[in-house]
Amino acid sequence: MSDFLKIQGLQARIDADGTPKDILKGLDLEVPKGEIHAIMGPNGSGKSTLSYVLAGRDDYEVTGGSATFKGQDLLALEPEERAALGLFLAFQSPVELPGVNNANFLRTAVNAVRRARGEAELDAVAFLKAVRAETKHLSMSDDMLKRAVNVGFSGGEKKRNEVLQMRLLQPSFAILDETDSGLDIDALRIVAEGVNSLRSPDFSALVITHHQRLLDYIVPDRVHVMAHGRIIHSGGPDIAKTLEKQGYTQFLEAAA
Amino acid sequence: MTQNAAPALEAFVARAAGHGAALAETGLPTRRVEAWRYTPLRSIADTAWQKPAPLTAETTTALLDRLVLPETGARVVYGNGQFMDALSALPEVVRQASENVSPLKGLFSATLNTALGERGLDVRVPAGTDAGLLTLVSLSDGQDVSTHLQHRIVLEDGASLTLYDISTGEGRYIANPRFDIVVGKGATLRHVKVQRESLTGTHLAIVSADVAEKGEYDSFTLNQGSGLARHEAVVTLGAPHAMAHVNGVQIVDGQRLNDLTSMIHHAAPDGSSRQTVKTVLSDAGQGVFQGKILVDRVAQKTDGYQMNQALLLSEKAQINSKPELEIYADDVKCSHGATVGALDDEQLFYLRSRGIAEADARDMLVRAFLIDALDLVSDEGLRDLLLRSMTS
Amino acid sequence: MPAVTETRETVEKLAKSSYEWGFETDIEMDIAPKGLNEETVRLISERKGEPQWMLDWRLKAFRAWLEMEEPTWAHIHHPPIDYQDAHYFAQPKKKPGPKSLDEVDPELLKTYAKLGIPLHEQALLAGVEGAEERLPVAVDAVFDSVSVATTFRKTLAEAGVIFCPISDAIREHPELVQKYLGTVVPVADNFFAALNSAVFTDGSFVYIPEGVRCPMELSTYFRINARNTGQFERTLIIAEDRATVSYLEGCTAPQRDENQLHAAVVELVAMEDASIKYSTVQNWYPGDDEGRGGIYNFVTKRGICRGARSKISWTQVETGSAITWKYPSCVLAGEGSVGEFYSVAVTNNHQQADTGTKMIHLAPNTRSTIIAKTISAGHSDSTYRGLVRMQPKARNARNFTQCDSLLIGDQCGAHTVPYIESRNMTARVEHEATTSKISEDQLFYCRSRGLSEEDAVGLIVNGFCREVLKELPMEFAVEAQKLLQISLEGSVG
Repeated sequence: MSDFLKIQGLQARIDADGTPKDILKGLDLEVPKGEIHAIMGPNGSGKSTLSYVLAGRDDYEVTGGSATFKGQDLLALEPEERAALGLFLAFQSPVELPGVNNANFLRTAVNAVRRARGEAELDAVAFLKAVRAETKHLSMSDDMLKRAVNVGFSGGEKKRNEVLQMRLLQPSFAILDETDSGLDIDALRIVAEGVNSLRSPDFSALVITHHQRLLDYIVPDRVHVMAHGRIIHSGGPDIAKTLEKQGYTQFLEAAA
Repeated sequence: MTQNAAPALEAFVARAAGHGAALAETGLPTRRVEAWRYTPLRSIADTAWQKPAPLTAETTTALLDRLVLPETGARVVYGNGQFMDALSALPEVVRQASENVSPLKGLFSATLNTALGERGLDVRVPAGTDAGLLTLVSLSDGQDVSTHLQHRIVLEDGASLTLYDISTGEGRYIANPRFDIVVGKGATLRHVKVQRESLTGTHLAIVSADVAEKGEYDSFTLNQGSGLARHEAVVTLGAPHAMAHVNGVQIVDGQRLNDLTSMIHHAAPDGSSRQTVKTVLSDAGQGVFQGKILVDRVAQKTDGYQMNQALLLSEKAQINSKPELEIYADDVKCSHGATVGALDDEQLFYLRSRGIAEADARDMLVRAFLIDALDLVSDEGLRDLLLRSMTS
Repeated sequence: MPAVTETRETVEKLAKSSYEWGFETDIEMDIAPKGLNEETVRLISERKGEPQWMLDWRLKAFRAWLEMEEPTWAHIHHPPIDYQDAHYFAQPKKKPGPKSLDEVDPELLKTYAKLGIPLHEQALLAGVEGAEERLPVAVDAVFDSVSVATTFRKTLAEAGVIFCPISDAIREHPELVQKYLGTVVPVADNFFAALNSAVFTDGSFVYIPEGVRCPMELSTYFRINARNTGQFERTLIIAEDRATVSYLEGCTAPQRDENQLHAAVVELVAMEDASIKYSTVQNWYPGDDEGRGGIYNFVTKRGICRGARSKISWTQVETGSAITWKYPSCVLAGEGSVGEFYSVAVTNNHQQADTGTKMIHLAPNTRSTIIAKTISAGHSDSTYRGLVRMQPKARNARNFTQCDSLLIGDQCGAHTVPYIESRNMTARVEHEATTSKISEDQLFYCRSRGLSEEDAVGLIVNGFCREVLKELPMEFAVEAQKLLQISLEGSVG
């Protein structure tokens, strides 16, 4: 099924203090079912914007092009409908939700998605059992379930919480926005293990990063180079290595 | 400055017989009176409010049925200002208080109550006794009527009581209750109040609490009804190490106006006060918060903290907030914070990206906004009741 | 004995600082008889050689004032002011408004020398060659309500900037004055503004034309000298599209036994992309240790950001006056306009200050910042009073307010009275306030590093005020720091 995620000529802009700023300028990308792709690019190339536009953040205005997922017009869907359809965005720095109990949040999300997919909701006992299994696997303490979502979480705890959500919601397509996550190896490893554990012929992922390092843990099927709001080059996993050694210059020049 | 010619005032003064002089002099405050700048009393000025007829058994049952009430503890019911014997039982340990309490000068709700006062709850909890939970239900029903209950609650040294104070009604009326509270040395009064008056009702409550050494007045007010409601608390920490909590939640929708006004007076050293007030506004609701912390020269080492936050959920909603510090002692730690704003878009998006529908996500965030005020209610059972009340 | 108490006592024994600027200048004055009536207003207008429209404007204000009541809501106390027991016009007996600096009375020059105006315009006033190049600050000196010397008028005129006494502007630029005077602070805005509108005698007028960045700081020094005079100056500053100006205001007055009234009005108008920075170091005579003889400073200052993206920034250091009643405000009417208020208010002995700001957000994307630092010592009382109002059209407007109070000694008071009103759900307001004292730990730490307690307090207080002081133009910042220290002498604890 070649048109699992298909993006054509996507254009998007953001309102920067009253003046619109174009960020995506005609982006084309396809990620087939069962494959993991990576997007690399310099700062400001529009990588994070792409992940937000795909997940449905309304600060961004889509001004052209299309994005379909499983044959549906992704851009016409509400964020929660995209989640129900199987799209999952792992945030680079997830927002804190003071006052929202983590366990309650997880259960609400899981049951909302299950309901939308026509599956039976989990009762408190079944849910707790499912969560316990995952938290044990992720070496998370029960305490994290009792706290407010992401509030006072360390960097590693936040990543674990994102992966926990990913495992519970069982997406068919995950977007990992790791654009600026720097050199926190533990955090990268947690995310990588989370993704790798979901690898199957029915699961795809888009890994957004500008460090080759993450791709040592999640080996992609294809790597795309992004600059100025477009994909300017695509190739095998070896591109990442080239980038690490030589930087983006040669790709930028080739595209110019 | 005042609406002295108002029919309401004339009727009140006539009803007060010999006790209306102070009221006649003060009159009904207009918005030019600083304490009432955000809460206009125009809506009550043109009515000659009368004493209501006794509540019928049928109405009583109907009104009681809509309330979420604790299943344990003692319960006292007042209907249209009258004690309802058949429905009431006091905790066994309490006695009659019968203290005379000093009148609160210059506060309209108190002046009105003083002029027209009707005898209300009158209890004294003996030293060292825990009187448990007492539920006070105040019901109103009628057209153009008003009630002015005077409640006195005295906790002797080391005594404790949890008062669940809930009011509702039907029709167009004014409920103007007053609580004169004395908290003895090391005593604790937990005062949890739920105001669910009718949309055409007016609620003007005044609480005066004097707290002795190491005593604690721990209050929480849920303002969730009434076309116009002000809950006003004056708490005096008159001896060392006294403590006050004056917390609250206001949920205001429709065309309603809810107001929480408080004055925490630190009149002795080493006192502490905590206040968290949250207001959620939708439709054309108006919220008012006025909170003053007054620290006398003698009240060294006072520790005062106040936080008030408002969440605006609609274009027509409005909040007016006036947190105030008046401080005459130098060795104190006093601070307040205030925020006003809408729901956070980023938080909303996060929840939705996890598959939660927008309306549910909003509800979750509103509840989260309220939770740290609600969490301050120490009695778990009452906290659950409040949650149920808030969502019903 | 705790270190603080000990030091307080030691310091209290030290000679208390007398008001350094409390000298009196012996100049012959032309003084109107005491009293306030329509005749007084006509006399002022006539002496100033004003056109009929100006007289009519004054009379309108006077009639409004007669109907008004003195405000009582501020946290200040003073014996009733007898408005009939003051002179409403006093000017040095010489030519009305010297045309050149040579004509300035030498006694006046001495006064400025004593003022220690840090801007070295002494040289300039004395006519030193080349002074203009060295000193990029233009000064308008207002002496008992009359502007006596404005420097740099020529240099400024070349840039198209008008900087002159407002009485000159009424004669020479009537179209500008008529267009803007009273548009920001209407004649009947409040009791003191109405009084000012009726009897103001001088003040500064600034006009920055479109696209002009004013080439130098503009500065006015106000001084009350004559006995029993009220000072009612009027300042009007207009910045046209993309114009920029920074304006400094300094104030002093001699020592007196009776309290004197100062009721100024300042109006600022900022058009599209214009920016006005208005800085004040107010050091009017605060009265003696018992509070006798200080200035009653009842001032109305307001600016309107009329154009999109315009900006008005108020910075004030208030150390003087017996009573200060002052709320420099911003009306944010232009989309994306910005209002700022940075304030340090120090009160000592029996001083009283009730000061703050109003930020009225009328338009979308407007922003305001309020940083107010209040320091109370001695028997003084200081109040921050501020209003932040988000009107229904103020979409995505933002306000941040921080009010911090520091109490020094246990006989003073510090109060915070913010009003927050929001009618737009997308507007966000954040307010924080704290009250504290200088901790013994901080003092001990500084002293263990060799600082005297006085110096330690000075250091800590300056640190407490840093966010505000850094907003001042450099020369003023130095003066302000010095003032803070002097104001607090004899109060350490």
